[in-house]
Amino acid sequence: MPLTVSLSKNDWSLHRKGPIDQARHNEKVKEAIKGNLAGIVGEEAIITADGDKIVKVPIRSLELPHFRFDDGRRKHAGQGQGGTKVGDVLGQQPGGQAGPGRGKQAGQEPGVDYYEAEITVDELAALVFADLGLPFLKPKGRQEIESETVRFNEIRKRGIMSNLDKKRTIGENLRRNARLGQPGFFGLSNDDLRFKTWERDVKYETNAVVIAMRDVSGSMGEFEKYITRSFYFWMVRFLRTRYKQVQIVFITHHTEAKEVDEDTFFNLGESGGTKVSSAYQLALDVANERYPSSEWNTYPFHFSDGDNWGEVDNQRCLDLVKALLARSNAFGYGEIQEGGRRSPSTLMSAFGQIKDPHFIGVTITRKEDVYPALKQFFSTREDGDRQAVAR
Amino acid sequence: MTPEEVRELEGAVGEIMVIADRFGLDPYPVHFELVPATIMYEFGAYGLPGRFSHWTHGRAYQQIKTMYDYGLSKIYELVINTNPAYAFLLENNTVLQNKMVAAHVLAHVDFFKNNAYFEHTNRSMLETVSINAERLRRYEFEHGREKVETLLDAVLSIQEHIDNNPRLRHGAPDEPPARRRMEPPSTPYDDMLRLGETKAEPEPEVRKFPAEPEKDLLLFLADHAPDLEPWQRDVLHIVRSEQLYFLPQMQTKIMNEGWASFWHARIMRELELTESEYVQFAQLHSGVLSPSKRNVNPYYVGMKIFEDVERRWDEPTEEERKKLGRPGCEGRSKVFEVRQLDNDASFLRNYLTKDLVEELDLYLYRLEGDKWVIVEKDWEVVRDTILTSMTNFGQPYIVVEDGDYRRGRELYLKHRHEGDDLDLDYADKTMRYLYQLWSRPIHLETIVDGKSTVLTYEGQRGHAEPVRRS
Repeated sequence: MPLTVSLSKNDWSLHRKGPIDQARHNEKVKEAIKGNLAGIVGEEAIITADGDKIVKVPIRSLELPHFRFDDGRRKHAGQGQGGTKVGDVLGQQPGGQAGPGRGKQAGQEPGVDYYEAEITVDELAALVFADLGLPFLKPKGRQEIESETVRFNEIRKRGIMSNLDKKRTIGENLRRNARLGQPGFFGLSNDDLRFKTWERDVKYETNAVVIAMRDVSGSMGEFEKYITRSFYFWMVRFLRTRYKQVQIVFITHHTEAKEVDEDTFFNLGESGGTKVSSAYQLALDVANERYPSSEWNTYPFHFSDGDNWGEVDNQRCLDLVKALLARSNAFGYGEIQEGGRRSPSTLMSAFGQIKDPHFIGVTITRKEDVYPALKQFFSTREDGDRQAVAR
Repeated sequence: MTPEEVRELEGAVGEIMVIADRFGLDPYPVHFELVPATIMYEFGAYGLPGRFSHWTHGRAYQQIKTMYDYGLSKIYELVINTNPAYAFLLENNTVLQNKMVAAHVLAHVDFFKNNAYFEHTNRSMLETVSINAERLRRYEFEHGREKVETLLDAVLSIQEHIDNNPRLRHGAPDEPPARRRMEPPSTPYDDMLRLGETKAEPEPEVRKFPAEPEKDLLLFLADHAPDLEPWQRDVLHIVRSEQLYFLPQMQTKIMNEGWASFWHARIMRELELTESEYVQFAQLHSGVLSPSKRNVNPYYVGMKIFEDVERRWDEPTEEERKKLGRPGCEGRSKVFEVRQLDNDASFLRNYLTKDLVEELDLYLYRLEGDKWVIVEKDWEVVRDTILTSMTNFGQPYIVVEDGDYRRGRELYLKHRHEGDDLDLDYADKTMRYLYQLWSRPIHLETIVDGKSTVLTYEGQRGHAEPVRRS
């Protein structure tokens, strides 16, 4: 019997089905990451990474479930190179019996099956920041010009010769000649000339200053320090990505407050007592001196464990916060209580008297609370009558 | 490959065909296509060129591509079981690599054509999947991409549960029994007047639905799911038809790869190769056949069994000659008979001998603590466990027991437990998908730790989480 065979080689360069479905899969991975942002935002590995670095983040598994056997409890067949015997160890299961993804703990936590996806920090940041914005932002002092660009976007009959649009000019000439019954390009007249002309495109940006205050007193434990750093890391990153004109003032305090640079702010570890009012006083002074409220949207933020030095200082704090609120768009206070073991601190209780909606108080008890806190502080809100300008 | 190399390969493929013919291989006509790696892993991810779009295919594509990019694994060939058959070769392979792959492919096509389990395979599957893909695209256009994707997610999660044994089918499943209607009362006082009377009406006979337990979940859902629209039923049929195509391949993986490796080695030995080409071939061949600690390498085990069968029928022992009446020199015809009549399960049951298990150094291992440890070397236990793992293609055997459970058209499934427990976490999730298709509560009877257990998912109407009662 003759056997038939043929061979050919074609151009496949336009064939792109796989990449299209791959893109849809990546989309789903992003959705899954979005669903677990709270768990991811608090991860240490991420806040210490550079923007283009790829980090691994836990996401809900995208594998389609099906009826299958419990692999961890089954025997499997394998093959040696000769001479294997009972008891030989083939390898180790990462994470051991309780390893993720094999469903050994079914029943206890149904429906949760995580695996690690890879994503760059920048992409992750874009997801985290998707719905965030500065609250109660108002247009202020338009003297700072963000940018002025020139766009050629109009055609006119008059202009300077250097901006002559040759293609359109020739087109007009052809059209006129054709209309007169003599097609062709000849006898250019002033009527045919077309000029490109431009528009100035000026963007105004609202000015905003964020005053970041951090408690570095001895009572701030590892967890408190970590949460503060984590929150401010995302905050600073968010402000820098989203708003080009936002200034950030860094203040640390124990019993005394001082203004520091960004590096010191994030890395400083001190000890001593706590006098929160010192920080608020400094914030108020800085704001009044350098950032007049007529020109600047002002946002003081403060993170502390709420362990303040006595009732007297709490009262002072309350007064100062009210003073700050009077000239700020919003005041954010985050209290960190590991495991939520205590009742609200005296400081938080004192702040309870403030009924102003521009005061935002948040309690953080777990790593996972950092993302909700970000969302609470930075959800775009507006005062009823005044339009906020946020980009 | 340069044009000269393509010509060289073309010549070699013709030569290979002649050798294969001399050996008695009987493939369909084959068209070979040289493709770039991207196309190869795309076809590998989809299983067939032109199949419908779904993100799971995209994920497979990404995985295969990553493995290739990091040099961890490479798909050498992809052959489509159609008549004529299509085979895809990597264009950046060397001529010699592609010669070996072509020989391998011819044996695959011979197997597709002659093995009994492929008897009912749709041989124009390429056209079928294209039409299916086109239909799904149209549904996406009409009903929205999201809706089609959500449906496909649900259908694909149970795609393994079909019945490929049409000859053993017991006819189409019945319709659900019609509900007994209450006769409308003629006057509002009817029931009062009948007080004290016994009901003369006999209870109607309980008809079972389906009459026999139904293994083909996809077909049963396509035909009887209460609330699906016609296009949604069509999607179930589409997925089912494609699974029917893949099923015999899953059923004969070891044999098919073993057969192809058995023959590519022989065909290559017939070609006139230079010394360096022969070394290249030997390297590639041993790469394909290297044993794997965690799996049974189908190429290696399959080829070894075929070689062993050929040897034992060529040179039977004295005992075999006397007791089994084997005259010897029947090796060739015996391997052809095996390739025609067996599937993986019968192949291993009949021909994986004690000597072979020992020679291949097969073992069983399991997770103990956090270590994977070898727990069994006894040849019979090893063989039987491998066989059990092949029952129903390694998938749990699940049937529809009752499509009208509790008289509320709830779906009652039964897992025919054969020693291994289900992954309950996955079962829970899969039942949610089933609920999406059936839109009534889903029950699954199985055995957990030796106890009969019913898992239930009642959707919005009841528990959000499946409950278990024993």
